[in-house]
This record gives sequence, structure tokens and C-alpha cells, in this order.
Amino acid sequence: MSQIVGNPTVEPAEPDDRAATTSFTDYLRALLRDKVTAVAALFLLILLVAAAGAEFLAPHDPNAANLRARFIPPLGTARDGTFYLFGTDELGRDVLSRLMHGATVSMSIGLLGAICSAIVGVSLGILAGFYRGKLEIVLMRAVDGMMALPSLLIALFILFVIGSGFANLIFIFTLLHWMIFARMARSLTLSYKEQTYVTAARAVGASDLRIILTHILPNMISPLLVLFTLEIAVLILSEASLSFLGFGVQPPRASWGLMIARGREYISSAWWLVVMPGAAIFLAALCLNLVAAWARAISDPVQRWRWLTKPSTEKDAT
Amino acid sequence: MLAFILRRLVHSIVLLFALVSFVFVVGRVIGDPALIMLGTNATEAALQQVRENLGLTDPIWKQYLVFVGDLLRGDFGTSFRYGFSVLPTDLLRAEGTPVLPVVLERLPATFMLAGAALGMSFLLAIVMGCLAAMHPRSWIDHLVNVISLASVSLVQFWFGLILILLLSVHLGLFPTGGYGTWQHLILPALTLAARPLGRIAQVVRSAMLDELAKPYVVAARAKGVSETRVVFVHALKNASIPIVTITGDELSQLLTGAMLVETIFAWPGIGMLLIDSLSRRDLPMVQAGIFVVAALVVMINFLVDIAYTVINPRIALDSREIN
Repeated sequence: MSQIVGNPTVEPAEPDDRAATTSFTDYLRALLRDKVTAVAALFLLILLVAAAGAEFLAPHDPNAANLRARFIPPLGTARDGTFYLFGTDELGRDVLSRLMHGATVSMSIGLLGAICSAIVGVSLGILAGFYRGKLEIVLMRAVDGMMALPSLLIALFILFVIGSGFANLIFIFTLLHWMIFARMARSLTLSYKEQTYVTAARAVGASDLRIILTHILPNMISPLLVLFTLEIAVLILSEASLSFLGFGVQPPRASWGLMIARGREYISSAWWLVVMPGAAIFLAALCLNLVAAWARAISDPVQRWRWLTKPSTEKDAT
Repeated sequence: MLAFILRRLVHSIVLLFALVSFVFVVGRVIGDPALIMLGTNATEAALQQVRENLGLTDPIWKQYLVFVGDLLRGDFGTSFRYGFSVLPTDLLRAEGTPVLPVVLERLPATFMLAGAALGMSFLLAIVMGCLAAMHPRSWIDHLVNVISLASVSLVQFWFGLILILLLSVHLGLFPTGGYGTWQHLILPALTLAARPLGRIAQVVRSAMLDELAKPYVVAARAKGVSETRVVFVHALKNASIPIVTITGDELSQLLTGAMLVETIFAWPGIGMLLIDSLSRRDLPMVQAGIFVVAALVVMINFLVDIAYTVINPRIALDSREIN
């Protein structure tokens, strides 16, 4: 990165405040120019729509067993002429419909879990960074300690004791994932606190709460969004693992991890029962990671120009 | 240096102690051990008997002291499921199998798996990361990028099942699961290696890019040192701090990742024991497993911290200044 900063020939021609007022359409245009990220974003959009509207969009009832249409391979047709895009499972249930309903569960756990962890982590992180003192020491020790422990193992243990279920999963993900948000919020708060605009705000008599809400928090939105996107991917993967082991979402609710666990018994005869839900998890996580990487690059003032302006010469980036 | 090691050691012990307390609170205060072990179908009389046998009727602070005292003496309790087919409620304390030896017995298998996976991914990641850093923006760089991204998005247990499907079921190259020969080790180790491979390669690449831009590399090249030597000897040594960090981090991840992989491949390690004990509702065994794995993770983190200071003595000095 230092190469770019130190090299005046590759700086954007326009003054910098132009970049600060980049509109939504500029971002959209930049997104469309980057083919891979555009495809990833499109896939996530489709996934979100499928998850949100699974109730109406799914071609079949996800729990309707049809013993005369068991183990139909993808793109297969049952005897009664029904077409199954992703095939059917051991009870003759439509895999596509189950995947869509599974998406509802996985995406909402990922989103809600990340939102709750972000709220807890960011609040604590800002408090620690803003007020420093004992609070900061205790909190950061706790963060370091908790991050050093194997989280999947602890999640399993808590679920084992309090029982599994949707709300319990969200609670556990919040408990085990707030630390990373707290760490980032604290370090950002520490650097913003010393900025002139915060001193100025304090000089005109702004309260701590006002300084935090209007001068510190808005500045961390973009790095936090990147982290948030990454966390959704992490949570979707964790949920799948826990459900696969039987400690996450419980049947008859469809969940991607649960579908793999059930399909595992039939892996040698009906590969699609394992491949399809796993591919869904993989693609969802991959696309979230791609979008996060793009968002990180575009929200970085040093790198932003290369996404917002049409690339003419390619230079090495770090 | 010694002060630094001691301070780290104290941190590790405090952390383990916090974990013990946490397990106690979750297991005893939030949950009811009798209910956990017997299940919701148990009669009130049976529950009461187990509570008395385990000393659960004592005040909570006394239970805590007994709990910690037992752990300090290496007594992790006895399993009433392991080796028993019927549930002898009245024999709980008297004749159950002590859990700690059972857990420790499983360690070598887990170590073998984690070691094979880490060795495999580490070596490959170093080569991949260095090649990518030597040729930025080339096809190999892009390939390394794609592999890294894919590996962090990969569902480990799913990848294992796909490997079984392709290499065992269809090609018949390796057994689908089990333990004993080197053929049994290949698939679980491959499955477990995928994630650290991508993460370490990414770190190697960026650390090497930073190093290769430094003046001493230019100097080495100028005096005619071969490019291979410049990259793999001069630069790699200086790039080793972030690489050691991420590898230590991945090693502790590996131990938990091994849980799922062991379950899939019927690999008789500590992870499989834990998952089995969870489904058998064998609380003492679960607790012992958690402590052993967590203690290993904490120990690895401790060793990684020490390893830094050996590689880079500045770190010990820095932390002395901060404190």
C-alpha cells in the first residue's frame, strides 16, 4: 500500500473530496465492472429472495413426503410427471424446496447472530475505547481470553446443557462472536477519539453520547460492514456444523447442515442429497467472502480510486 | 525474556481457571447435571438419587470447591456410560470408569491426524504463498487467491464427504473410514488440511510481498544471490513471524475441526469421543474432553507466544514497555 501512497503518478486526478461524495450509482457501477463480485452479489441477492420468500416461491411443500417419488436424481421426473430440479430425498421430498427453506434458517441465523454480536461487541468496544480505564483492561482481557478458546467446542457444550433451538443458537453465537467486533470497535474508537473534529465537538459542548453517535460510530460503519459480512459467513458455517452434529436446528425444520447429516447415509446411492446442500453453504460463504473482500477494497481510501475509476494501467497491489 | 514467559504462563493458567469456572456455571448452575445425564424421561426419585450421589444437594459454593479440588487432583469424575450398558445409578461414584484415562488414550490419534494435516498444509502453503509473491498478478497468484478464498468458505465435513464420495466410493482408492494404516490417514488429513492451507498461503503471500519489497532483498539480488535463495532463505526467514502466528492459530483451530472430521471418518480421536459422549449424555466425559482440548489449545497459544520471542526478540521488549 505504501507504494501507492508514495507514487504521485497513480493518484486520482480529481481532488479527494470528490471520492468522499461518491454516490450509490458510482458504487453500483464499480460493482458491475468487477465481474466476479457482481456475480457473487447477484447470487446472494437470489439467495436472500429465495430465503425470504421460501414460503411462496418453493415449488413443493418441503415436508411433504411422497414415497412414490423417492431418490429421484436432479433434473428427474417422477412417474406422475412432476419435475424435480434438484431431485428428491429418501422420503420423496423436493430437495430444491428444502434447500430454500433451509436457506431461510441458515440466512436468518447468520444475519441475526451477526447483528446481535455486532450490537454487543460494538457497544462494549466503543465504551472501552472511549472511557479507557479499568473497564478497557477487563474487557480486552476477556476478549483475548475468549478468542483463545475453541468456540465450536464451547458452543456444543452450552447447547448440550441448555438444549438446541433457534433462539439458543442466536444466543450462543452472540456470546461467542461479539469479541471480534469489540476489538475492532475499540481500536477504531481509540484512533477517532484523537481526531480534531472530536476535540472540536467537545469544545462546543457536545455530550459523550452525541460524540459517540454522530462522530465516532458513523466513521466505523464501513470497516464494521466488512467484518459483519465475514461474520455472517462464519456463522452460516458454524450453524451447519452444529446442525450436522445434531445440536443445531432440529427436524422437521430444514437446515443445510441437517440435510447433509441425513443425506450422508445415502451418499453412495444418492450423491445429490449431500452435494446440493453442501454446495449451497459453500457458495453462500464464498460469495459473502468475495463481497466482503470487494467492500474492504472499495472502502479503503487508498485503494478506492482503482475501483471507482476505469482501470487503465495495472500496477502491483499488495 | 524469563519474565515474559512467566507472565504468559500466568495468563494461560488464569484462562484455564476461567474455563473451569465457566464449565461449572453452565453445567451446574444453568443446567442440572442429573437431568442432563438421565434425560427428561427420568423419574423424580432417580433424579434425586443421582443428585445426592453427586453431591448436588450441597450449597453451590461447596460444590464449586469440590469441583475445582477434584480437577486439581486430576479427578475428572467417572463415566457411568462408558463400558456399561445399563445405568447403575447407585454406583455412579463408586464403580464408574474414571474418564481422564479414556480421554488421554484418544490423544495420539488426534495428534497424528492434526499433525499430518498441519504438516501437509504448512509445506504446501509456504510453496504456494512464495510462488504467488514471486509472481504477483500471474496465473499462479490468482490460483492461490482462489484456493485461499475457497478454503475459508469450505464446509469441512462436507468436503470430507465429497472426498469419500469421489475417492472411496467411486474410485475405491482409500477406505471410507477407520484407523490403522496410512491409507486410513490420507482422507481425514486432506479434509482437515484444506482450511489451514488457504489461510496460511494467504498470510505467506502477503508477508512475502512485504519482505520482497525491502532493500535487503535488492542488496541480496545485487550481489548475485540466486532468486530461489533470496526468496526461500533471506525473505522467508524474515516473513516468519506472521506465518508462525497464523500456523499456531490454525493448529488450535485444527483440534476443534478434528471433531467433525473424526466423526465423519470414524477416526478414534478425542473429537469422536466427545461427540459420542455428547449423544450418550455422558457429562463427566464431555467435561474432561473439553478441558483436555481447551488445555491443549491454551498450551499451543502459549508455545506460539514463546516461539515469537525466539524468532523476534523485539516482541518481549515491546510487551515489557507496555506493561
